[in-house]
Amino acid sequence: MQRIGVFICWCGSNIANTVDVKAVAQALSHEPGVVYSTDYQYMCSEAGQNIVKDAIKNYELTGVVICACSPRMHEATFRKMAGAAGLNPYMLEVANIREQCSWIHKDKVEGTQKAIILGRTAIAKVNLNAPLTAGESPVTKRALVIGGGIAGIQTALDIADAGFEVDIVEKEPTIGGKMTQLDKTFPTLDCAACILTPKMVDVAQNDKIKIYSYSEVKSVKGFVGNFTVQINKKARYVKEDVCTGCGICTEKCPQKKVSNEFNLGMNNRSAIYIPFAQAVPKIATIDANSCTMLKTGKCGVCAKVCTAKAIDYTQKDEIVEEKYGAIVVATGFNPIKLDNYGEYAYDQSPDVVTSLEFERLMNAAGPTNGVLLRPSDGEHPKTIVFVQCVGSRDTTGCGKTYCSKICCMYTAKHAMLVREKYPDTEVYVFYIDVRTPGKNFDEFYRRAVEDYGVHYIKGMVGKVAPSGSKLMVQASDLLENDQMNIAADMVVLAAAIEPDKTARSLATMLTASMDTNDFFTEAHPKLRPVESPTAGVYLSGVCQGPKDIPETVAQAGAAASKVIGLLVKDKLMCNPFVAHSNELMCNGCSACEKVCPYGAITYSDKEFKMPNRTIAVRRVASVNPAVCQGCGACTVACPSGAMDLNGFSNNQIMAEVDAICR
Amino acid sequence: MHTSEKEMAERIKTISGVNTRKCMKCGKCSGTCPSFHEMDIHPHEFIAMVEKGQIEKLLKSTSIWMCLSCFACVERCPRGVEPAKIIEAVRLSVIRQQGANHLAPTKIPELLDENLPQQAIVSAFRKYSK
Amino acid sequence: MKFSYYPGCTLKTKAKQLDIYARTSAEVFGITMEEIPNWQCCGGVYPMAKDEIATKLPSVRALSAAKEKGNDLITVCSACHNVLKRVNCDMQTEDDLRFKVNNYLKLDVPYSGETKVIHYLEMLRDVVGFDNIKAKVVNPLTGRKIAAYYGCLLLRPSKSMQFDNPENPTIIENFISAIGATPVIFPYRNECCGGYITMENKPLAQKKCDVIMKSASENGAQALITACPLCMYNLSENSTENILPVYYFTELLAEALGIK
Repeated sequence: MQRIGVFICWCGSNIANTVDVKAVAQALSHEPGVVYSTDYQYMCSEAGQNIVKDAIKNYELTGVVICACSPRMHEATFRKMAGAAGLNPYMLEVANIREQCSWIHKDKVEGTQKAIILGRTAIAKVNLNAPLTAGESPVTKRALVIGGGIAGIQTALDIADAGFEVDIVEKEPTIGGKMTQLDKTFPTLDCAACILTPKMVDVAQNDKIKIYSYSEVKSVKGFVGNFTVQINKKARYVKEDVCTGCGICTEKCPQKKVSNEFNLGMNNRSAIYIPFAQAVPKIATIDANSCTMLKTGKCGVCAKVCTAKAIDYTQKDEIVEEKYGAIVVATGFNPIKLDNYGEYAYDQSPDVVTSLEFERLMNAAGPTNGVLLRPSDGEHPKTIVFVQCVGSRDTTGCGKTYCSKICCMYTAKHAMLVREKYPDTEVYVFYIDVRTPGKNFDEFYRRAVEDYGVHYIKGMVGKVAPSGSKLMVQASDLLENDQMNIAADMVVLAAAIEPDKTARSLATMLTASMDTNDFFTEAHPKLRPVESPTAGVYLSGVCQGPKDIPETVAQAGAAASKVIGLLVKDKLMCNPFVAHSNELMCNGCSACEKVCPYGAITYSDKEFKMPNRTIAVRRVASVNPAVCQGCGACTVACPSGAMDLNGFSNNQIMAEVDAICR
Repeated sequence: MHTSEKEMAERIKTISGVNTRKCMKCGKCSGTCPSFHEMDIHPHEFIAMVEKGQIEKLLKSTSIWMCLSCFACVERCPRGVEPAKIIEAVRLSVIRQQGANHLAPTKIPELLDENLPQQAIVSAFRKYSK
Repeated sequence: MKFSYYPGCTLKTKAKQLDIYARTSAEVFGITMEEIPNWQCCGGVYPMAKDEIATKLPSVRALSAAKEKGNDLITVCSACHNVLKRVNCDMQTEDDLRFKVNNYLKLDVPYSGETKVIHYLEMLRDVVGFDNIKAKVVNPLTGRKIAAYYGCLLLRPSKSMQFDNPENPTIIENFISAIGATPVIFPYRNECCGGYITMENKPLAQKKCDVIMKSASENGAQALITACPLCMYNLSENSTENILPVYYFTELLAEALGIK
């Protein structure tokens, strides 16, 4: 039998006004197991805590019930106090008689009756409490960053700065991500390459950072502090440690008709290629789908001209296995496909382009060397129409319901850059709203209108109809209540952005949550924006939600700080309220494994001594206490009742219910 | 007749099944309407005016005879508002009144030509008269 | 293979070619289109009002008759297709309408949208297959540049009609290729021809058809094809410039099959 002490808090008048605390203390003193029951004005104060501590000593209490405010407020405080008094911290329960009682009732009789019931319930639970010890697990002091764009780069640099080893896994042949394709960045109009490439070089030269380029994560096992990851290093057919990046192979390669992804298909590259001049690592890669030698066995020009003898046609994909303590997801985004937006004639005319394609056309290293020319005939466009919200804010299922956040700003940027470079070109922007929430953002957009004469028209484009060499744009001008028809030379569509397609399979591998738009879900939308609910997995960049570069870099630093906070520990305290499976009752059905959102349950074959000196091998579940978050889903799913939750066992919950119903 | 206009607005929403609050005032419907320039009140205004309860003006508009239910606005609206259904509801509110048919049978003979398919006459009657 | 067939008023009178060539061409592929007995007018236009059922009854009668025969229902006229398909969708999804309609009609077996409504072109694509059509063509229309005019009724609203991509369709262009001609794509192929407005405001119909004709001829079309008698009328009678000949698609199909 327990020896339980019950302590009722007045919480000043918060509880005492609607609950007769003395009556509650009196009533609860008669409960089974209770040897001491009292009340005090402020239980959480030092004086109040001392009352509890003294009672624990004097009455040799084995369990404590505090009837006070919500456990979210002071449970941690009271548990610490119990520990200091020599009592196991988990032999203490808090009954919430404030938020769930005194603050919602007006009648004192009702409030008092309810407080007594709540107290009784906590006592019933404590009677069945067992002392719990939080376990410990070690931490591998190495971080993995999946994705080598600006988010991944910044996170890696910050983690390396704190003295920890970091690996970046990037699926493209070079790190840098979307920012390498940008020309200038808002709101400062810095050249993207100028601010990014120094960071890329920092990453390459930092001896704590290892880049796995042209690689993808194949599998993830383990738990926070102890992940085991398999990385697939895709075959480049070029020896990475030998290639100097001189580029001769790319010049001599006879297969020059491969669509260049870096320029979004607006020009071609060769089968062996370096994505762009500032690539990190600057190593050639052979595209196996278009290489004549790899497909037919004939050619081999690159091997002949390579002075470093770096070409190796026999290279194979290689699996590398590494251990990490923390994983950061930084997989980035892509513009959506425009199949559902045929009214804008994207497929009908090469002069209708997406904003990213336009970015390439404006970029000095782009397909037209930075001269803005129409893709169809190479002529200079005299009238350009920008269309906002193509595929964003769309609830019909054709596009995305969310606002893609960056388009209003980058369109203002594009419009301004065009007007600055080509003052004779008329620029129209058709918008629903202009969203400029950042520092200096609204001033930036107003400069486009007031200083550069960009025509901003509130209304949407209904149809773009190619007619001869022009694009007839039919749009509404809501403020003038008119339907305009503009004969444009180019139309630029601000396509919605969506997370990279690899994100979903990665989320499954990590058991990380994702929303219906494939954005990784954060642990709390306001207060925990860089952590995934899965312990040890952190989020950085657009993979968590649309954002611009300033926000990405800020979030990258935040994710790094969380990783550093984890890696700095030698041991992790586990949550003691974990599930455990009674092996003798477990029938190996896997129901629990399937519902566990954290991947905490594994099955293994175990030997059991049977009667008649035989041994049976049975498949039973076991819970990893370091990963288990104590959600209890497995206990519900378990058909045999083998699975139970420490600290919230089935018996305890039934006892609480019985106490309420008594 | 303010209350009466509010009631009429509710009637129109019931007849059409449209939730006018879904409109995010982007103007794509009016931007795509092929009859825009023949209308005195335009698709985006219909939604706003029904939401505000300004029905009298809508009942008197010529737009309701110019909308040909081509459904371009319905197809392209990013919020699924369906302006064509609102315009049809206003049109019905007019022609359901006694003596308010827009097309009388006596007018037909002068509009006929030997190639005009009866589909045209039937459709016009169904839209313009009750 | 048998289908129940709903011709509609105009196909029996002013648009006989659309009807005759549809049926005779179908026979070439072993498909019989059996006219529903005692069919009534489909209504001409889809009634959008949610508070009346009388306007949807004729369509339900046609759909129910096809269900009794146990066949899918084929339509050739775009307008009839639009009305029947959308009323059918309503009968499947709107409980209130289904209840009231069945309560009134007192059919032997209540109707809940069981009939499958397909357009003749969908039959060509899905049942016959464009490759099989090509195989049976004896008179390919080689070198003829033909533009498909879809109009609005076949494609919209795409959620109910499910005919093809509403802004970028390919079904009629594939049909044109199958009969040996060269399809021409032009941006106004899915914009309204004016429909019945020709009766009240002929200049407006002319304005719309001129835009269509200009766009088609600008892109090199030598002729247009359509599936709707009213589109045929408007394009033929109400174009004032860049006038191109307009045919029913079934006419050209029959020509290609050598049975015209």
